[in-house]
Amino acid sequence: MNTTKKLWIGIGILLLLSPLGLIIPKYFGSGGAWGEWGLDKIEEMVGFVPEGMKRLAETWKAPMTNYAVPGQGTGFVSGGLGYILAGIIGIAATVGVVYLITKLLFRRSGSSENKK
Amino acid sequence: MHIPDGYLGPATYSGMFALMVPFWGAASWRLNRTLKTRQVPYLALGAAFSFVIMMFNIPILGGTTGHATGATLIAILLGPWAAVISVSVALIIQALLFGDGGITAIGANCFNMAVAGVFAGYGVYRLIAAYSTVMSRRRLIAGAVAAYVGLNVSAVIAAVQLGIQPMLEKSATGQPLYAPFPLSVTLPAIALEHLLLFGFVEAAVTALVIRYFQKNDPGMLG
Repeated sequence: MNTTKKLWIGIGILLLLSPLGLIIPKYFGSGGAWGEWGLDKIEEMVGFVPEGMKRLAETWKAPMTNYAVPGQGTGFVSGGLGYILAGIIGIAATVGVVYLITKLLFRRSGSSENKK
Repeated sequence: MHIPDGYLGPATYSGMFALMVPFWGAASWRLNRTLKTRQVPYLALGAAFSFVIMMFNIPILGGTTGHATGATLIAILLGPWAAVISVSVALIIQALLFGDGGITAIGANCFNMAVAGVFAGYGVYRLIAAYSTVMSRRRLIAGAVAAYVGLNVSAVIAAVQLGIQPMLEKSATGQPLYAPFPLSVTLPAIALEHLLLFGFVEAAVTALVIRYFQKNDPGMLG
């Protein structure tokens, strides 16, 4: 088996284990990352929501906020499965964009070679 | 460390986008010159690895969570410019699809994790690993120390960006308009958790993967 194939299997194993990154923090009673709070949490901490923050926070509504797939359950199993599915979608999108970028780069270098 | 929308004011987030343009440009230019078709799968793997490793949130008991980024590791294996591209792509997808990091903060988040973390980590690696053989233990230690430093550099810069907001962006009545906490709060909070825990996770992940390549495919480290 070649190296890239082995490494993709490694990524696959990490994907299957990824719900640990969801479950373990919950088990330890840990919230999100420091400085990534929602507006309600900010209000609780500071007593008000800063004006500009309120405005900018609505810039973008991501389709799969918190790596949850639309329509998934919130239970232990469906939460984990949704997290894995979100990971698969995210990795597919990431890999797609990388290939798109390299394709554009190669096309550009190809055309510059033609000029010579 | 994924700064959301609303935490950075326009001065900071547009400044960070402006700062990123030459880095993205230089990275594309470098890849254009040096990238071979057979390396493309590795670039995709690097981006996928960065994406998935950031899904592993590590908790601090009753507190916050954090994660590794893979930035230094990718820089060691594929070179810093390839790492700029792969980590940036992962961060942009995270912002667009999953709301992890803001759209307005893409410039800042990419600078922190895909540029500052990458080059700090890569620099430390080259320094410690200099003249060592591929199979040497020094390579392994270099990777671990570099990853620790890289992640902490990213974290400290993010803390500074957040902490200067109350000074930069105030309403007429003096209330903060964006991230409300001063440097005296953001710096210790973010730096400590990365110095004490998340940096070591990044170091361990990096050392493990380097060890894998030493054993199975040392050509990647040459």
